[in-house]
Amino acid sequence: MRNLKTLYRQIIMDHYKNPRNKGLFDDEDYVTEHIKNPSCGDDVTVQTKIEDGVVKDIRHDGSGCSICCSSASVLSVLLKNRKTSDALELTTNYLSMLSNQPYDAEVELEDAWAYEGIKDFPARIKCASIAWMAFENSVKKQV
Amino acid sequence: MEPLELKNDFPVLNETDTVYLDTAASSLTPTSVIERMDEYYRHYPVNVHRGVYNLSFRATSMYENARREIAAFINASFEETVFTRGASSALNLVALTYGMANLGPGDEVIVSELEHHSHVLPWQQVAKRTGATLVYVPLDEAGRITTDNFRSVLSEKTKIVALTYISNVMGYETPLEPIIALAHEKGAIVSIDAAQAAPHRTIDVKTLDCDFLAFSGHKMCGPTGIGVLYGKKALLDNMDPLEYGGDMNDNVEKFDVTVKDTPYKFETGTPPIAEAIGLAEAVRYLKKIGFEKIIAHEKRLKDQAIKQLSAIDGITVYNPTTETGIIAFNLDGVHPHDAITFFDEDNIAMRAGHHCAQLLIRFLNVAATLRASFYLYNTDADVKRFIKNVKEAREFFTSVGF
Repeated sequence: MRNLKTLYRQIIMDHYKNPRNKGLFDDEDYVTEHIKNPSCGDDVTVQTKIEDGVVKDIRHDGSGCSICCSSASVLSVLLKNRKTSDALELTTNYLSMLSNQPYDAEVELEDAWAYEGIKDFPARIKCASIAWMAFENSVKKQV
Repeated sequence: MEPLELKNDFPVLNETDTVYLDTAASSLTPTSVIERMDEYYRHYPVNVHRGVYNLSFRATSMYENARREIAAFINASFEETVFTRGASSALNLVALTYGMANLGPGDEVIVSELEHHSHVLPWQQVAKRTGATLVYVPLDEAGRITTDNFRSVLSEKTKIVALTYISNVMGYETPLEPIIALAHEKGAIVSIDAAQAAPHRTIDVKTLDCDFLAFSGHKMCGPTGIGVLYGKKALLDNMDPLEYGGDMNDNVEKFDVTVKDTPYKFETGTPPIAEAIGLAEAVRYLKKIGFEKIIAHEKRLKDQAIKQLSAIDGITVYNPTTETGIIAFNLDGVHPHDAITFFDEDNIAMRAGHHCAQLLIRFLNVAATLRASFYLYNTDADVKRFIKNVKEAREFFTSVGF
């Protein structure tokens, strides 16, 4: 069970139980992106507000497993108030880390490091990815 | 009755230490079926119905003998047994041909929330296109289709009844005989999804008196990519093909075509030849063991598992009264996708999700469920390891804060 314990780290459980920036805004300054994984039911919506090349706010909501829900909360904390280009670079790094692809280890992923163990659980990569993919899509719509 | 000991018949169970509890999605393949298909590819890997040479003759007779055996397996005739890509294709064929030609505004199609998506979505589409109405049999408290509830939605408007034989999530068996008799009193046609029944039950389409019935090879020790549609001959005779092309035609003119008789008019293109031959071998395999033994074996394993699951705190079983080997359950407060990873670490293969039955998952009012399904190759040791993992998973997820 060593791998599983590594995966369900304190950080993941904390964000799962006490999600930050949760709840969507009905505000046209936000761009909304929804992704659903129909095979398991993970369902995530991410909203971003970009001003002057900076991600000013990130909101999220949805339902799914702990990995999926917590990763939305983690990204909202990590990427808020970053330059759009930096946020996208972090996203690319994070997604590469999950799928065991080469990535820039110099980029500080902070709490998102907790998902490094996902590479040992290929069936769960999608759970940890979809919130970040929704974030990426919503930002790309604005740049 | 002695428990079945069949693990040695299934190569994958000898190569890995897997406890396979996902038969309701797909069964494992025994050596005899693999070898029978291998034999086709090694010794007569050619097309059917076309070549006038010895190899093609052999392929054609093996393919048609397979149909003959599979027809006999469900007590149907040769002409009434159509090969398809699977149960989904078969059920779509019924909806898109019989349904499209025979439904109109005001007509009703009875379905249920227990249906697999493949037996409700085709009718949903046909209803939209023809103006017919879908009517759902109310499920009872346990989630079952009952004859009384069926009677409550049956009317003169009912033209089609499309129901499952055995639910793929709850494992419940539908009381088909009284339902089919009632439907016929109203002149309705009955389509049965037998994908979860064919692996576990003797099916007799004459006794059932169903009008259409479909099942898949890959759930009954056969290969993927092959399924069967049974239809009463008089109905099939009056249905148009769904797909047109090679082999299914009779006389081809520039602006018209005549088609072959059933079953051939429904089988255009090169069919899944090895798969049909493999499915016939799977039928032989099941018949050799005997359904009586298979049913008793599954029931014993399922009863053990349910009894022990019910004794663990923090576990909910959604179908404790199920009569088949399918158990739907959850660890309370733990999303099934979190739970499944725990089981996967000990090579226990189970399903987590909505099992292609989102309507039922909504009926149960949960996000998704875990599903363990037992079959002829499972053993007492499998049940033991499954229960041990459920207990450990419950402790683990509680300890990390779920």
